[in-house]
Amino acid sequence: MTNYDAIVVGAGHNGLTNAAYLARAGLKVLVLERMPWIGGAAVSREIEKGWMYSNCSYVCSLLRPELFRDLELARHGLQVVPYGGGVTITRTGDVLGNYTDEDVQRREFARHNPRDGDAYHRYSTDVIRQCKFIRPLLLRTPPDPTSFKPRDIRELIYLGREFTKFGEQFIYDTLRFYTMSIADFLGEYFESDLIKAHLSGSGIIGSAMGVYSPGTAYVLLHHYMGDVDGSIGAWGFARGGMGAVSNAIASAYKSFGGEIVTDAPVERVIVRNGRVAGVATANGNEYRAKIVVSNLDPKRTFTKLFDEGDLNPEFVKRARNFKIRGSSGKLNIALDGLPEFPALGRDNPLRFGDIHFLDSLEKMERAYDDWKNGTWSKEPYLDLLIPSMTDPTMTPPGKHFMSVFVQYVPPKIHGRDWTDQDRDGFKNTVLDQIGRYSPNFKSLIRHVEVRTPRELEDEVGLTEGNIFQGELTMDQLLFNRPFPGYAQYRGPVKGFYMCGSGTHPGGGVMAAPGANAAREILLDLKRPSLVPEGWQDD
Amino acid sequence: MRHKDHFKTAVYQTPFHPRTSFDLTPMTKHRITGKDALPFLNRLITRDIAKIKPGRVGYCVWCDDNGQVIDDGTVFHLREGDYRLCSQERQLDWLTRSAHGFDVKIVEDTHEVAALALQGPTSCAVLKAIGCTGAEKLKPFDIAYFPFADGELMVSRTGFTGDLGYELWIDPARALELWDALFDKGGNHGIRPMGTHALEVARIEAGFIQAQVDFLPADQAIRIDRSRSPFELDLGRLVDFSKPNFNGRRALLEERRRGSRYRLVRLDIEGNKPARSAYIYDSKRNVVGTVTSAEWSPSAKSNIALASMHMPWGRPGDELWAEIYYQRELKWSRVMARCRVVEGAFFDPPRRRATPAADF
Ligand SMILES: Cc1cc2nc3c(=O)[nH]c(=O)nc-3n(C[C@H](O)[C@H](O)[C@H](O)COP(=O)(O)OP(=O)(O)OC[C@H]3O[C@@H](n4cnc5c(N)ncnc54)[C@H](O)[C@@H]3O)c2cc1C
Repeated sequence: MTNYDAIVVGAGHNGLTNAAYLARAGLKVLVLERMPWIGGAAVSREIEKGWMYSNCSYVCSLLRPELFRDLELARHGLQVVPYGGGVTITRTGDVLGNYTDEDVQRREFARHNPRDGDAYHRYSTDVIRQCKFIRPLLLRTPPDPTSFKPRDIRELIYLGREFTKFGEQFIYDTLRFYTMSIADFLGEYFESDLIKAHLSGSGIIGSAMGVYSPGTAYVLLHHYMGDVDGSIGAWGFARGGMGAVSNAIASAYKSFGGEIVTDAPVERVIVRNGRVAGVATANGNEYRAKIVVSNLDPKRTFTKLFDEGDLNPEFVKRARNFKIRGSSGKLNIALDGLPEFPALGRDNPLRFGDIHFLDSLEKMERAYDDWKNGTWSKEPYLDLLIPSMTDPTMTPPGKHFMSVFVQYVPPKIHGRDWTDQDRDGFKNTVLDQIGRYSPNFKSLIRHVEVRTPRELEDEVGLTEGNIFQGELTMDQLLFNRPFPGYAQYRGPVKGFYMCGSGTHPGGGVMAAPGANAAREILLDLKRPSLVPEGWQDD
Repeated sequence: MRHKDHFKTAVYQTPFHPRTSFDLTPMTKHRITGKDALPFLNRLITRDIAKIKPGRVGYCVWCDDNGQVIDDGTVFHLREGDYRLCSQERQLDWLTRSAHGFDVKIVEDTHEVAALALQGPTSCAVLKAIGCTGAEKLKPFDIAYFPFADGELMVSRTGFTGDLGYELWIDPARALELWDALFDKGGNHGIRPMGTHALEVARIEAGFIQAQVDFLPADQAIRIDRSRSPFELDLGRLVDFSKPNFNGRRALLEERRRGSRYRLVRLDIEGNKPARSAYIYDSKRNVVGTVTSAEWSPSAKSNIALASMHMPWGRPGDELWAEIYYQRELKWSRVMARCRVVEGAFFDPPRRRATPAADF
């Protein structure tokens, strides 16, 4: 048995970030990971020989640049390359593209609806305003609105001041924005159904909600609030796949003297005299530490790692009722060549970005209806990318890797567990859809890795396969994430902390939850905080 | 754009002393027709549009509900009840949203009209040379129609310079013919194409403001204090409170009562180094404003600027200083230059308004 100052359960990118800051502060830190590899949902694995897959997450924008810089991730091998393009292709072969030049984008929208072309400006101004508001909050611990501690009051005053910067109207707008549906929100700007459908995808990715469900407007913001080199809303590829993010953080962590043990599933958090004493793994090892940090989602953390009898019933109820519904799946496809999309013609730069096959909001909602009915969408929403067009390190020359994020995919099929047969049915639904828009696609397929919520839960440990470790709705955001009263990364037992995407500011490859949790732990240990403040922008 | 300083005067003076043409086609144009065209425009725009008779043009601004300027532009009353609204920024979204409850038709026809600015002392002579007989009789802000080729040429005595000048409007199919005619017949009058920088100099000399430069269109402002009201842009004369209702009226009344936050001023700055983006200081070295546009004025031989000042600074006689950074052979230097608040345009020759217009 070995003694540590702190043990982090789970080597997801947030667990690693948390561990890195604790180790940098001089603590003796151990990370225990259940799988033989690290990274959680930010992982790259060579499944087909010569092909590096981004098995789960596939694009990068949310990763806080403050942390990227502070942990010197570039020196540890991370490079994020922005990509342009992105296009929606309709059933009739019409296209709606994304362009980085504002005027070109306006013209593209105007081609479908002249007024919408002009409205695009107003739309982006309003969305950017919301981004400017939320971005400085990402690297801050949410204040507890019921507390009278000077620090909470200071933070509440800060929040209030941020609000006034954008004017009175902004308070109304924000409350509406956080609770309205993406369809209603887009309806305040656009007339064209295709434009609305094109923009609505970001409102439902990772959520068990449809485009008409209240709360989906915020989900869009969650996908816009990141940046690549200051370009807000831009996305990029991590060279070498998303595992490169976790690997770079792990390398920084190790450079501070940190230790990682893989193949070490933690079975139980040891609680003694009302405070944590260490952890026990499934293979019979015990590790001691006065601080234990969980990178797992809150539901799994408190219903699986704890003896529920050690927790009070109110808390157990919150953990059990935590909203973490599976809604997504993914196909990772090794290709022997580049698929052609006749609607785009040859060499169209739009194909470097996300490709969608959509026509209307109605089609998006029908896809959600299937989920509610307990089956995968018959006409799913796909977010399809071919990262190997930008990143040559992913495949052998001339070959390609296609990442296909799919929505909606339920955690159970009509209330029962997924079977292999269901999984094949789901796979074929997706391949058939792509095949309808790309005639040579199917002939290029070499290998397909299929992830339904079942695989995501089994391999990454995400409850129900929910990609964000918990729905991003108002009842589970900011000081309500994961539970009211527990948003400051401290658990219900002394010495226990949470650092995963289930905490503020939520899911995505962001590293902010891990860093924020480290700040709180160091505060409790009365050590100087090494975690950088978020950059401010007046 | 970086030029050797001593050439600047020479280069920019030539284009607009004789007379120049500038392609206005990309300017945003909207055609507004229908029974309620006038009430709609009167609701949209802060000034009284009923005073702009058919065949006349008016400069105007329009505001959001908070009385902040969305854009400035010109309203052309082409024929009874038939209007064209021109602006720099795209407005179809705002116009359509403002039209609820009005029986109007709004069409963006930017690409269906070719437009050319013809500005400078000999501009009227060139017009006459291409067959616009009687063009000299047009008063400032008048519109007239002349036969051209087998169609019609619309001419307005308007422009974005402080000189005598016209804007020519034609079916794009005849645009090349018009251009050729102007350059064939205009040779003796020194016609030359004009670039954006020359236009920039001319509009600052005239004291005209520009969206995205001297003010941020209110619908594009992310932060609350970045937009400006008409009063804050020295355009209070365009606000007509005798109209019972127009966008932003209530907020503007409140502003008139409470006072404005900013003031737009014209500055004459000592020395010859353009004060681009300079901070303006008071005598105690507090920042009291910023320059929004600045150029050396070849016409007035002055170092001129437009600046947005915090109230109450910018009164005539205030002691103000501009902090100017300039570069010579890659070396940066800084000067503090005294500023004088100027009232009216920097360059305002009598020929600009004289009717009949002179030949040069
Ligand atoms: C399919 C998919 C696509 C996504 N796409 C994107 C995207 O493109 N861009 C983006 O920004 N985000 C994306 N996301 C979201 C993002 O990947 C996650 O929110 C983020 O990676 C979660 O990181 P984490 O460190 O908080 O937790 P996780 O990555 O969930 O890490 C938890 C770790 O704990 C380990 N663990 C679990 N149980 C135990 C145990 N008992 N003992 C020890 N270890 C254990 C797990 O193996 C895992 O390594 C996607 C997610 C998924 C699933």
